[in-house]
Amino acid sequence: MTTVNMTVNGRKVSGEVSDRTLLSQFLRENLNLTGTHVGCDTSQCGACVVHVDGKAIKSCTTLAAQMDGTSVTTIEGLANGADLHPVQAAFREHHGLQCGFCTPGMIMTAVDMIERAKASGRKLDEKTIRAELEGNICRCTGYHNIVRAIEAAAAAMA
Amino acid sequence: MGMEGIGARVKRKEDQRFITGKGRYTDDFKMAGMHFAAFVRSPHAHARIKGIDKSAAEAMPGVVGVLDGKQLTGDGIGNIICGWMIHSKDGSPMNMGAWSALATEYVRYVGDAAAVVIADTEENARAAAGAVDVDYEVLPAIVDPAATLNAGAPQVHDNAPGNLIYDWEVGTDVKTVDEALANSVHVTEMEIRNNRLIPNAIEPRAALANYDMADDHFTLYTTSQNPHVARLVLSAFYQVAPEHKLRVIAPDVGGGFGSKIFIYPEEIVCLWASKRTGVPVKWTAERTESFLADAHGRDHVTKAWIGFDADNKITGFKIDTIANLGAYMSLFSSSVPTYLYAILMSGQYDIANVHCNVRAVYTNTAPVDAYRGAGRPEATYVVERIMETAARELGVDPAELRRKNFVRSFPHQTPLILCYDAGDYDATLDAALKAADYAGFPARRAEAEKRGKKRGIGLSCYIEACGLAPSAAVGSLGAGVGLWESAEVRVNPVGTVEVLTGAHSHGQGHETTFSQLIAERFGLPTDNVSIVHGDTDKVQFGMGTYGSRSGAVGMSAVVKALDKVEGKARKIAAHLMEADEADIVIENGEVKVAGTDKKLGWHEVCLAAYTAHNLPEGMEPGLKETSFYDPTNFTFPAGSYVCEVEVDPETGVTEVVQFVAADDFGRIINPMIVEGQVHGGVTQGIGQALLEHGIYTEDGQLVTASYMDYAMPRADNVPSYKLSTHETLCPSNPLGVKGCGEAGAIGSPPAVINAITDAIGNNNLSMPATPARVWAAMNG
Repeated sequence: MTTVNMTVNGRKVSGEVSDRTLLSQFLRENLNLTGTHVGCDTSQCGACVVHVDGKAIKSCTTLAAQMDGTSVTTIEGLANGADLHPVQAAFREHHGLQCGFCTPGMIMTAVDMIERAKASGRKLDEKTIRAELEGNICRCTGYHNIVRAIEAAAAAMA
Repeated sequence: MGMEGIGARVKRKEDQRFITGKGRYTDDFKMAGMHFAAFVRSPHAHARIKGIDKSAAEAMPGVVGVLDGKQLTGDGIGNIICGWMIHSKDGSPMNMGAWSALATEYVRYVGDAAAVVIADTEENARAAAGAVDVDYEVLPAIVDPAATLNAGAPQVHDNAPGNLIYDWEVGTDVKTVDEALANSVHVTEMEIRNNRLIPNAIEPRAALANYDMADDHFTLYTTSQNPHVARLVLSAFYQVAPEHKLRVIAPDVGGGFGSKIFIYPEEIVCLWASKRTGVPVKWTAERTESFLADAHGRDHVTKAWIGFDADNKITGFKIDTIANLGAYMSLFSSSVPTYLYAILMSGQYDIANVHCNVRAVYTNTAPVDAYRGAGRPEATYVVERIMETAARELGVDPAELRRKNFVRSFPHQTPLILCYDAGDYDATLDAALKAADYAGFPARRAEAEKRGKKRGIGLSCYIEACGLAPSAAVGSLGAGVGLWESAEVRVNPVGTVEVLTGAHSHGQGHETTFSQLIAERFGLPTDNVSIVHGDTDKVQFGMGTYGSRSGAVGMSAVVKALDKVEGKARKIAAHLMEADEADIVIENGEVKVAGTDKKLGWHEVCLAAYTAHNLPEGMEPGLKETSFYDPTNFTFPAGSYVCEVEVDPETGVTEVVQFVAADDFGRIINPMIVEGQVHGGVTQGIGQALLEHGIYTEDGQLVTASYMDYAMPRADNVPSYKLSTHETLCPSNPLGVKGCGEAGAIGSPPAVINAITDAIGNNNLSMPATPARVWAAMNG
C-alpha cells in the first residue's frame, strides 16, 4: 500500500492505495466521486476522462499511485457552484446527451479540446471536433448533437 | 399547447444530474458489508464439466463462497426460459434446451458461467475466480447458422435434434407464391447475410443484490429496461422469491438498446448468492464480459426471391431465413425472427403474395435476442436490398420502382398478419429525395470522379411495427406476457403532480416528455411534475421500455389516467363554483367557468380534493387515478432514408458524405428528443453497415471482445444528419404517436449498402462493408 496525496476538485485528499489501484477506482471507491465512469477498461471509450494538472487523461488506465502530488478535476468539480461550465450548459442546450453514461467523459474531453484549441489559436471546425472525439464513444446520440454542443461551447468560451 | 406542452422542444429535466456527475447508476450504489461476485466463465465453446475443484479458490483471501450450478439447482433455482412460444409449421412446440444460470453439466459458449466466487473485494473475487479449477472435456463446437443444420454437426442441446429450434412460416401459401414467381416477367434472387452485432450500451450490465434475513426480503439494483418484468420472471420462473418479497430497482441506466430487457444469469446468481453467503453481492461487467455474455443481435442467413410483372408491379415475394439464436434461448429470442421480422416483409409495398419461412437454430455462440430494431432491421435489409437490386436489374429508377408499389390506401391488410393503419409513403420519399437533392446526384458523382472518388447513392424505405402490443393479439401468437402499460397520476394537495409509469427511461428522456403531457393538459410548468419509474416498490407494475413502446403505450396510459383526474377535478370545481361541469375549462394552471369571471387556481381545486370539506355528495377525497392501457393495434412508423457515400478506390475506405432521413412517427411530443433518437439509431445502423461485426472463430472463440477489436462507430465515422418528419397520426392511440426509438437503426443499413454498391458497381457486398471487403468487391 502507498499513501497518495492529491488535490481533487480543489480539495486536498489523501488515501492508502495498493500498487494496482486505478485512478478511476480511487475516485469512485475512496472519494465517492461516481461521476467518473468506467465503460471499457481499455482506454477506448473515454467515459473515465478526468483532468490531471489541466490535461485530459483516461483514469481507467492510470494508476492512483502515479498521481501523487497532482491536481485532479472530475466532472463533479467542473461547475462553479450552481453555475454550470459553458460546456455543461451547451450539452444540455443542444441535447448532447441521452443516457448520460458517457457524458462526464465527453464533457471533460470537450473542455480540454476547446482549451487546447484556444491556447494555440486554432478554430474548432466540425472535422477537427469529430477527429478529437475519437477517444470517446457514445452509443446514444450519434454524436450529431455532441458536435453541436462543442461548437456552441467553443463559441461561448472564445 | 403551453410553452412546455406537446410539440415543444423542452430541454431535458434529467440533464442536470448527468452533466454534473450526479447520475445514479447501479455500480454507483454501495451497501454496508458489500461483497463482489466474479464469474468463472468457460474458455471453451462446448465442453462437459467433469468436475470443479474449488479448494484453492476457497482458501484465498476474502473469499466467502465459491458456488456452482449443482448448488444453484439444488437450492431450487429454476432454469432460464424464453417467454414466447413458437410452434413449428408441423404444429410441434419449439425445442427449448435447458439453461441454468450456472452450468451444471455442459457449457455451450465461450463465456458460459460454470461457477461464481464471492469475495470481499473485486480484486480478490477475480483472483479467486482464476483459481477455480474446472475440469472440462472439450467437445466439438458449431458457430455457423447455416452449417449447424448440416447432418453430423455437433449437437448443442439433446432435445433440439439437428440444432433446429423451430421451422416456422407465415404468409400466403408457399405454392401460390411459387406460382406467382414462376409467372413473373422478372425475378430477382439474392442471398443476404445480416451480420451479428453486439449491443454495447456504454454502461456495462451490473447487479447489486441483498437478502435481508430479518424480513426474508430481497432487493436488487440492476441495469434493466423493465424492472417489473425482471421481478415477475425472477419470481414466477426462477423461484428466487415471491414478488412481494423481491424489490427490483433499475435506477439511472446507461443505455439499453434491447440488451437490458433480458433477465440474465448474473442477476439470478447475485440474488441467490446473497442469501447463500449472507452478504450483499455486487457484480459489474468488465467490457469483455459484456461482449461475451450480453445477448447479441441479428445474425441471419437469408435467401429471397421477388417477382415483377411487365408494369414493374411486385407479383410475389418469398423469403427463407435461418436465424442464429446462439447457445440458449434468451427471454424474447424466439419472437425476434418471427413476429418482429417475418411479418414486416411486405415493407411499404402492396404485395398480394408473400411467404416467409424461418428456421431458428442453436450454435455454440452467445444467446441472440432483441437489439435495437429487433427483427425489423433484418426485414428491412432484405426488402430494401432486394428492391434496389431489382431496380438495377430492371433498369428503372430505384425511387420509382418503390413508388410504383407503395401501399396507398389504409387500412391495408398484408398477407403477413399486420394491418397497416395509416401512413403516407410518398410524402416521406418526396421529402427525403428533395432534402438529398436526388436530382442533382449525377453532377455530384461526376465531380467526385474528378477527385478520384467513387460516389454512390442508396435509398431505403422502411416500415416497422411498434407500440408493442395488443395483449390478446400477442397472447394468441405465443407471448407469455401482456404488453399493456400502466400509469398512476397522483396530484398533490398543492397541485404538483407525480406520474408513476411502468415505462423505463435509459436515455429516452421520459422525465421530460412525460411531464409535457401534464403541461399540455393542465397548463402546469414541467417543473411542477415529477416522473417516477424504475422501482417495483413505487410503481405497481409495468412492462418497461423496448420496441419503441413508451410513447405509444406508456404515454397512452398516462393520458387515460389524466382523463380520470381531469374528470374528477372538473366535478370538484363545478361544485365549488356552483357551475355546470360542462362549462369548466382548465388552462394555464387555472380552473375557470367559461363565459364568466369565476375561477379557481388549479392548486385550490387540488387542495379541496384533500381537505374534503366541501366535495360533491358521495365523492371520495383525494385526486389520484390509475390506468392500465392495452393497445388495440401495433403502430407503424415508416420513412425514407437516402445515403450518399464516397469510396476511395485505392483503399476501399467508405465515407458517408450525406445522410437524409424523412420519418413519419405520428404525433411528436418533443422534436429535440425525437431527432436525438434518429441520430443515434442511424449511427448504429451505419455502424452495422460499415464497422460492426461479432466474429467467432470456427471453434467458437469470440475474437471481437473489446473496443480494440469490435469497431464501434466513433464521431469521425459518421456525418451530421439532415432530418425531417411528416405526421400522419396513428389512429389507434389517444395521442396519435407511433414511436421513434428504433427507426434509425432499422432504415439505415440498406441505404448505406445500396449507396456503396451503387458507387462501386458491384452488388455483391456484405455488411460490414469494411475497406478490405469494398476493395475486394471492386477488384475481385
